[in-house]
Amino acid sequence: MTTMTSDLAHGEGLPPELDPARPLVASGNLRRRHVVSTFFSSLAVLATAFAVAVMVIVLWTVVSRGGSVISWDFLTKAPPLFGCAGGGIGRAIAGTGLIVAIATAIAMPLGILIALYTSEFASPRARSFIRLVLDLLNGLPSIVIGIFAFGLLVAGHHQSAFAGSFALSIIMLPLIARASQESLAQVPNGLREAANALGVGRRQSVLGVILPSAMSGILTGTILAVARAAGETAPLLIVSSIYKGSYSFDFFGSAIPNIPVEIFRLSESADPAGYERAWGAALVLVIFILATSVLGRMLFARSKAKASR
Amino acid sequence: MARPRLRISDRVGDRLLLSATGLASAIAVLLLVLIAWQVFKGSGTAFHKFGFGFLTGTTWKPNFNQYGAGTLLFGTFVTGVFALFLAAPIGIAIGLYLSLMAPPRVRAIIGPVVEMLAAIPSVIIGFWGILVLAPFLVKHAEPQLHSTVGFIPLFGLPQTNGASMFAAGLILTIMVIPIVASISRDLFDTVPRELQEGASALGATRWEMIRGVMLPTTASGLAATSFLGLGRALGEAIAVTQVIGAGTKINTSLYETGDTLASRLANQFQNATDQLQTSSLFYLGALLLIIGLGSNLLAQWIGRRFAVQKAHA
Amino acid sequence: MTILDPEFDPIMEPSRPAAPARSAGERYRIQTVDRPARTASHGQPTPTTPVVRESVFKVEQLAISYGSKTAVQGVTMGIDRNRITAIIGPSGCGKTTFLRSLNRMHDGIPGLRVDGHIYYHGHDLYGSGVDRVEVRRRIGMVFQKPNPFPKSIYDNVAWAPRNLGLRSGLDDRVEKALRGAALWDEVKDRLKDSALGLSGGQQQRLCIARAIAIEPDVLLLDEPASALDPIATASIEELVRTLKAKFTIVIVTHNMQQAARLADRTAFFGLDNERIGTLIEYDETDKIFTNPADTRTEDYVTGRFV
Repeated sequence: MTTMTSDLAHGEGLPPELDPARPLVASGNLRRRHVVSTFFSSLAVLATAFAVAVMVIVLWTVVSRGGSVISWDFLTKAPPLFGCAGGGIGRAIAGTGLIVAIATAIAMPLGILIALYTSEFASPRARSFIRLVLDLLNGLPSIVIGIFAFGLLVAGHHQSAFAGSFALSIIMLPLIARASQESLAQVPNGLREAANALGVGRRQSVLGVILPSAMSGILTGTILAVARAAGETAPLLIVSSIYKGSYSFDFFGSAIPNIPVEIFRLSESADPAGYERAWGAALVLVIFILATSVLGRMLFARSKAKASR
Repeated sequence: MARPRLRISDRVGDRLLLSATGLASAIAVLLLVLIAWQVFKGSGTAFHKFGFGFLTGTTWKPNFNQYGAGTLLFGTFVTGVFALFLAAPIGIAIGLYLSLMAPPRVRAIIGPVVEMLAAIPSVIIGFWGILVLAPFLVKHAEPQLHSTVGFIPLFGLPQTNGASMFAAGLILTIMVIPIVASISRDLFDTVPRELQEGASALGATRWEMIRGVMLPTTASGLAATSFLGLGRALGEAIAVTQVIGAGTKINTSLYETGDTLASRLANQFQNATDQLQTSSLFYLGALLLIIGLGSNLLAQWIGRRFAVQKAHA
Repeated sequence: MTILDPEFDPIMEPSRPAAPARSAGERYRIQTVDRPARTASHGQPTPTTPVVRESVFKVEQLAISYGSKTAVQGVTMGIDRNRITAIIGPSGCGKTTFLRSLNRMHDGIPGLRVDGHIYYHGHDLYGSGVDRVEVRRRIGMVFQKPNPFPKSIYDNVAWAPRNLGLRSGLDDRVEKALRGAALWDEVKDRLKDSALGLSGGQQQRLCIARAIAIEPDVLLLDEPASALDPIATASIEELVRTLKAKFTIVIVTHNMQQAARLADRTAFFGLDNERIGTLIEYDETDKIFTNPADTRTEDYVTGRFV
């Protein structure tokens, strides 16, 4: 690499390896270094392309196979009698809607209260402890939450939709609480001080000023948690899977049909006719989840745009 | 700071709010304790009968009242590690692409697309896995791999109609990639621009900058992320149960069926016939609980060390 | 006063960077004739032979814009080899933007446009086929905020040479660079310690050591002392003065005294009629500070306009 000529040509005081007058192109080992860099860069592109391709293939499969199944009847009717064709997943859709709605009704207020406590009242130690607890709850396998709900509410009684909502609310709780914490953390301190300076109680400043200004972030978190809960299968498999196709929802007394368990049951059955309906149900679920995720994202983008203004 | 005196109604309101929020937080803590207690309580009978031998026993025969988690621990470990070994590098590479290489418009599209892959429910991924991915693997990928790297016992002769530990590992990979990708992208975004500029001002290529600056700066965060991903893979029940084939033996070849803790739990819990079986399944749940908490705490611990290092910087 | 080599006219005959001509350096040499400033101010021309100086950069009608906003325009100047050129002026008139264009630090910023020409030893810096890694290898940069890597002191300095493949005698190279940056005596016993444990001034000298370890041709310094206390600033200035022997130095500074103390030549950047940053006056430092030709320069250096 060392070129003696350049050293001689430009006298001392110049770096020996460098001939500044040489054209500014890659030469020598820089070419090899570029090859290495390009190689690894292409690996990164390839990895991304792989993930996107998987996403596209999965979605395409669900849409193409489920699309032909979906009809008004499919969305509204009861499942077919054993061995018969036709029928739909209307009850499962309604069941999932109900179970997730009740789960949200439990998890959302609780999550917001936890977030308020950690961001407005708790000491730093309590804050990091509760944050740890939330992270641990979030990291629990959902099937463990399922058997917990089973042990608490089902064992010795019977499966119930409520047990399903309860289990899903445990899954949603850390998601909503963490999102709310982050949203509350974005509230400018000036606003807090201004509210306190008015001489009103803490309750008024928190509920009247701080919470409303964090609301869009909290809503985003809740929507994303709903999207997550709607597809959770494992806990429902354990506490709300033995059901008949009846519309008479006894919320506390019996299991009710729901989409994830329906897909699971159909996918485990040996009957290919069931696969058709499973794809249809999968498409319904995917559309719901992607729509809610996009909605959540848009809300988030809007609230961020507002905050930066 | 002297606060103005408050009216009584205000003071009562403040008290109420503080108690309500405090109570909610206490409920979260209690919930975690209760989950652990309930799961351990449920596994009591099985623990009495089998003790820690449960962990190494490889028979699971409900009709003979014989239960052991050895095969399942093996399957859980193999599929989880398999998934991590593929998903961590792929996810980190995606994070690098999104953080450093992608033009803003591409990033704004691909970032959410990758994250939405994480939003697809596991039951759908698993369903896709058994109907689309597994047949493809048996027909194309597995024979190909067997003929090229078949000398490694992991890649034996294709065996099953598709359900295998290999398929399960790949399905888990697909589920873990978006988690690792989005967290590592966020990690790379936190590396100060000045460091990246400092590196390129020294005549470093992009890869040299990544290897010399980006990766070392984020190393512990990336490790923590990988543990989070591993925890997710080890605890996944539904998708695995759909594609792994509920095998009952320990096989070296990935192309054989197998089973994991979570998958066995999902598979048999509804149909458990007696108390001992239910309790043994709870025992599996207790193991999953320990694994879940453990991997999470480990990730937290690594992450905290990372934060401490940063704070000293 | 600039005289072009008669053989070379960058406008008429753009350099072909890929050309293998070995003697390019000789042929494309641009020279300036340096008349000592004293001659002019004393009014009696002493018939000294003019010092022939080689230009490292030749900037012609440079304009840089982000999207529709032009940050700096109409810059034409030459930068001499082995001298210190200071760039001064109020903030917001494109000093740093200009400096960063000299080693293509702007590359990769979306919507950024560079018009006009920068010739580096006769090669069009923004010409086709120019490799920006090679550009930055020859034209190093030290930033406003010290930015040591979160590695050991040794590895901070050794990192770039290792990348370049300069592995033999690495210890000596590191020592030389640290001595060159006047940091050796302070850190020689703790080379394995994290660079983040150093003081701000030490970190900035480490960044200079890091830059000179690969022996570049030019050092661009972007307000290198602005984040430092007066004592650290003094030591950085002292260091820059010694580096002049080996490197061509371009320094952006907010601090007029610093420019007056350090620089051989000074460029004053200000706003033009369109309120866009531009080069107002460029001359020997003495001239700029004692007898500027432009009233805007005079207003600035005398503190009448900030």
